[in-house]
Amino acid sequence: MNKIYLDNAATTPVKKEVLDAMLPYFMESFGNPSSVYQIAQINKKAVDEAREQVAKTLGANANEIFFTSGGSEADNWALKGIAEAYKDKGNHIITSKIEHHAILHTCEYLEKKGYEVTYLDVDEKGMITPEAVEAAIKENTILISIMYANNEIGTINPISEIGKIAKAHHIIFHTDAVQAMGQVRIDVKEQNIDLLSLSAHKINGPKGVGALYIRRGLKIANLIHGGGQERGRRAGTENVPGIVGLGKAIELAYEDFDAKIEKLTVLRDKLIDGLLEKIPYTRLNGHRIQRLANNVNVGVEFVEGESLLLLLDMNGVAASSGSACTSGSLDPSHVLLALGIPHEKAHGSIRFTLGGMNTEEEIDFVLEKMPSIVERMRSMSPLYEDFLNKNK
Amino acid sequence: MYSEKVMDHFMNPRNVGEIEDASGVGTVGNAKCGDIMKVYLKIDEGIITDAKFKTFGCGAAVATSSMATELVIGKTIEEALKITNRSVAEALDGLPPVKMHCSLLAEESLHAALWDYAKKNNITIEGLEEPVADVHEHDHDHEEGSGCCNA
Repeated sequence: MNKIYLDNAATTPVKKEVLDAMLPYFMESFGNPSSVYQIAQINKKAVDEAREQVAKTLGANANEIFFTSGGSEADNWALKGIAEAYKDKGNHIITSKIEHHAILHTCEYLEKKGYEVTYLDVDEKGMITPEAVEAAIKENTILISIMYANNEIGTINPISEIGKIAKAHHIIFHTDAVQAMGQVRIDVKEQNIDLLSLSAHKINGPKGVGALYIRRGLKIANLIHGGGQERGRRAGTENVPGIVGLGKAIELAYEDFDAKIEKLTVLRDKLIDGLLEKIPYTRLNGHRIQRLANNVNVGVEFVEGESLLLLLDMNGVAASSGSACTSGSLDPSHVLLALGIPHEKAHGSIRFTLGGMNTEEEIDFVLEKMPSIVERMRSMSPLYEDFLNKNK
Repeated sequence: MYSEKVMDHFMNPRNVGEIEDASGVGTVGNAKCGDIMKVYLKIDEGIITDAKFKTFGCGAAVATSSMATELVIGKTIEEALKITNRSVAEALDGLPPVKMHCSLLAEESLHAALWDYAKKNNITIEGLEEPVADVHEHDHDHEEGSGCCNA
C-alpha cells in the first residue's frame, strides 16, 4: 500500500540536499567551532554560513540570528528573555488564544511569576485584528507575541499591520513563524518584527534545531549560561550538522518559491473543495484566502476525529485531528474552541497539511476514500441517527 | 498505541445497530466530551439474548462498545452487572491510560440499558443504581485516566 503523508505541519522529511549538506559535519569535520585549529575553523565557517542563510531569508543581519534547539525553545526564550530584561519597564504581555502551547504555557508560567497576560480573541476564521491588538495595549505593556500563521487552521495573521502598531507604541513585537516559514515571504525590518521564532524540521530540515531572530539593540536575558557561543546568550557547543541543515533547508524553502506555493495552493483548493462537495455536513475551519498554502482543516459533523484518522491510516493516509482523543488531554483543540466552534463539533475536525512531495493522485485518493470513511463512522453514530430522525 | 484486539473491534465492530423492540436502551456520555454510547438490550426471561450499539467516539470508544456487547450476550442480568470497565478493557488486551474513561462508558451504558429495562417492567434489579444522565459528571476519580473535558 502506498503511504500518503499529509501531516507536514507536524513535521517534514529531511530533503536529500539538506542531508548531504549535513553529513560531512558528523565524521569528517567534527571539530568544535570554538577551537582555533583548522579542522575546527571549517565548522565555524559552516555555522557562520548557515547564520547568513537564515539572516538573508528574513531580511536580517547575521548577528541577529541565534540558533536554538527548535521552535519551542525560541518561543520560550523570546517571552521569558524579554519579560525579564524589560521588567522595570512593565509586566504586561499581549498574545492570542490560538498560539502554540510553547507560547501559551510560557505565558501561564510568566503569569505565575507576576506578569499580566492578555489573550486576544480571534474571529471565526481565526484572525487576530490589528485593532484588537492596539486596544489591548496598556501603559505597562512590554511585549506583543502573535503567531504568523496558525499550525492547526493555517490562518495567516496581519503581521505587518501588527508590527506597525507595535512600533508606533514602542512595544517589542515577537512572532512565532514556525508554521509560516517557507510559505510566506518574511522581511523582519519591513514588517517591524523584533523577534521571530523558526524551526528546521517544518521546512524539510532536521529535528532539534531552530533559531530566534533578535533585533539588534534589544535587551534579552541570556538563555543558557556557559561558554561564549551564540554571543554568550545561548551557551553550549553548537549543533553544527543541525545548524548546517537548517541553513540549507531555509535556502531551499525559498527557491522557486512562487511555483511551489502555486502548486500547493492548487492541491489544497482541490482537497478543500472536494471534501466540502463530496461529504455533506462539513465546513472549512479557518480562513479561505488568508491561509497557508498547505493547510486543509475540515470539520466533519457527527463523527469523532480520531476514528477518522485510524480509518485513514488503514488506507495509508497520515493526517491529524483537533479531537481530544489525539491530544492526550481529552479536551478538543484550543484553537478550534477559540473560533467559537462548540466542543462536540471540534471533536470532529481533520487536518491535512501538504508538502512538496504530494501529488494530485494522492489528493484524488483521499477524496475517493474520505466519503466512505465518514459514512462508515456516521452509520454507527447516535448523533447522526438523532439528526436524521429530527429531519425526517 | 492500541492493541491488535482494540483495532480489530474498531475495524470490525460487532453488534453495530439498533434493536427495534429492545427490552432496554441506555445512552451515556455527551458530545461535548467527544463520546456517546447507546446500547440496546433484548432480554428474555432474565437472559440477555441480543445486544446492539451505536457510538460516537474515538477508536477506543467503538472497540469498548463492541466488546461490551459481545461480553453481555448470553449472560443473565446478574452476570451482566458484573461486567466492569476493567473487564471490558482486559478483554481488549488493555487500553492506553488516557482511554480508560471510554471503557467506563461501556460499563455505564450497559447499566443504563438494564435500568431502562427494570423501569419499563417495574422491577428492581439488585445492585443496580440509577445511572447519571452524564457519566462525565459522575465522580470516577478512582479510575485511572478518568475525567473528560474540564469545560
